[in-house]
Amino acid sequence: MSPSTPSNGSGRRSLPKAPTGIQGLDEITSGGFPRGRPTLVCGSAGCGKTLLAMEFLVRGAMEFQEPGVFMAFEENAEELTQNVRSLGFDLDQLVKKKKLVLDFVRVERSEIDETGDYDLEGLFIRLGSAIDAIGAKRVALDTIETLFSGLQNEGILRAELRRLFRWLKDKGVTAVITGERGEGALTRRGLEEYVSDCVILLDHRVAEQISSRRLRIVKYRGTTHGTNEYPFLISETGFSVLPVTSLGLKYKVSDERISSGIARLDSMLGGEGFYRGSTILVSGTAGSGKTSLAAQFVDAACRRGERCLYFSFEESPDQLIRNMRSIGMNLGNWVKKGLLQFHSNRATFYGLEAHLATIHRLVEEFTPPVVVLDPIGSLIQAGNLRDANIMLMRLIDFLKMRETTTFFTNLTSSGGALEKTDVGISSLVDSWLLVRDIELGGERNRALYVLKSRGMAHSNQIREFLLTDHGVDLLDAYVGPEGVLTGSSRVSQENREKAESRARLQEAERKKRELVRKREVLAARIMALKKEFEAEEEEADVLAKQEEARETAIIEGREAMARSRSADENHGPSLVSRTSRSSK
Amino acid sequence: MKSSQKRAPRPPLSLDQLSRKKGPQSDHWELRLYVAGQSPRSVAAFSNLKKICEQHLPGRYNIEIVDLVKHPQLAAGDQIVAIPTLVRKLPQPLRKIVGDLRDTERALVGLQLRPAMPENGSA
Repeated sequence: MSPSTPSNGSGRRSLPKAPTGIQGLDEITSGGFPRGRPTLVCGSAGCGKTLLAMEFLVRGAMEFQEPGVFMAFEENAEELTQNVRSLGFDLDQLVKKKKLVLDFVRVERSEIDETGDYDLEGLFIRLGSAIDAIGAKRVALDTIETLFSGLQNEGILRAELRRLFRWLKDKGVTAVITGERGEGALTRRGLEEYVSDCVILLDHRVAEQISSRRLRIVKYRGTTHGTNEYPFLISETGFSVLPVTSLGLKYKVSDERISSGIARLDSMLGGEGFYRGSTILVSGTAGSGKTSLAAQFVDAACRRGERCLYFSFEESPDQLIRNMRSIGMNLGNWVKKGLLQFHSNRATFYGLEAHLATIHRLVEEFTPPVVVLDPIGSLIQAGNLRDANIMLMRLIDFLKMRETTTFFTNLTSSGGALEKTDVGISSLVDSWLLVRDIELGGERNRALYVLKSRGMAHSNQIREFLLTDHGVDLLDAYVGPEGVLTGSSRVSQENREKAESRARLQEAERKKRELVRKREVLAARIMALKKEFEAEEEEADVLAKQEEARETAIIEGREAMARSRSADENHGPSLVSRTSRSSK
Repeated sequence: MKSSQKRAPRPPLSLDQLSRKKGPQSDHWELRLYVAGQSPRSVAAFSNLKKICEQHLPGRYNIEIVDLVKHPQLAAGDQIVAIPTLVRKLPQPLRKIVGDLRDTERALVGLQLRPAMPENGSA
């Protein structure tokens, strides 16, 4: 008995692909499943095989105009329809529009006896007629291994399965075959032996009460593919795979700068604020004003007329709006105008992948240029540290690809190193602001500094950070010999310094005056000395004159005496006196 | 497309007529044989079935042949996967025997015309 359809097995050298339309899966398979070939999807019970197969068909029918046949061996059409209705797939509608055929194949062993030779032509005919009825391009067989429990002759089954996959290839349909994970093998019955073009392994594991789903492409012949384990989740919009490395570092960057909402912070950031599309992290201890900084940033973005998406993991939107009102921001106004959306969810509400998917979905719906996550540390509670780290990396990549400016806040546990985040993403962020408490003089004050900011000349200064009734304010922190002073210590230090400088000024003036006085005294003394000298000189002159006068008088006296004695004028003593006079 | 299966439906018609004379009775057998065209296995199954019926159910059986190549939509009704498959519609309960029925003993066991042999285990 030959297959009832003519073979159209034209050689397919290149590898065309059938897009799955499943978020992320097309990226890691570089385009989808191999077109015209069977793909094996295996995994343990409850890991989402059926859903993957179904979504492949539904998306094919809805998005790629490729009708599909779903042959179910485990669930009937009603059950299937019900099961996927919660994911937004209306199978009835698709069946009505002849885009989908659901065929339930039930093989009940207790009803069946075997005698002699047989083949599975019945299955071929059913499948063939369903394919022909709607011109199907896609086929899903879920789970064909059930046949092994319904029919005894394994030899016949294996030969027939081999023929079936060959036949599917010849039909040119892209098939998804699901298989239950076996012990030490991909499938219980070794289906991977027949379906060797593309094998996808799904896994569902639970670690510390948090379940996570993983997908891995075990093999994909003739094409490059991502080889990692990718987390995936089943959300209300179906399957979504979250490729982490497929995004890569290829995003465009913007030179545009956007304000942080605080003029002085902008000036600390090279005078213009953050780069658009960059990732900003504010970390700090409890109550240091991280959320207020985030709110200020959001407020500024809304003022520019940009949409903002605010994910809060700790506060409800109402509480946030109320609290921000106390520092002079009316965020409720922006919500009313439709510029701001809050999404508050406890981090533990669902797993990390679900958080990521929610964020992805909301970002895609709302397309905000600004996204805030407050705080990211609580995401660790929804998974473990490593997973949270990977998730944030993926999120950052995703948001960067969309040129979305992302504002994270992170609580630094007191006692821990400040320049470290619990989730270890500090190396992934572009701008990192640190807010810290400074405890001094019986006060706790806030200080802010820019730890890093890629691509700009940012300030190295510590600024005191005040929450006032008109928003966030930055002041110069006092840096003196006693370290950084803030708050009233700063004020008192400033006053003390003012007093000191006044005293110094007065001292200088006093010195100046003293000098003037000294000079005057000195001048007076010089004058006195001069006068004294002049007096002495005068006296010396007088004395000299008196001496001359006396000399003259003596000579005159002698002459007079000589005259009176009538001595010979020309003798003796007169000569002597003449000599002494001339010698004078 | 294989050659016509004109011959195939004719024998059951005659058998049908034969069995109809008896009318629906508690021991009346309604059998349906699913085949795909004129494959050797299908032909063998039919001749084997006829042999068994003539021998064990003379005059109180009715065989309907369903050719899935002609009527593929009929495969779903009885959940036919393998070819050939013999379905015992009556008497209840429904039984299915897949294969060309060449092992008469097993076929009889499957049709519950003979109790299961100990070494084969119960049906």
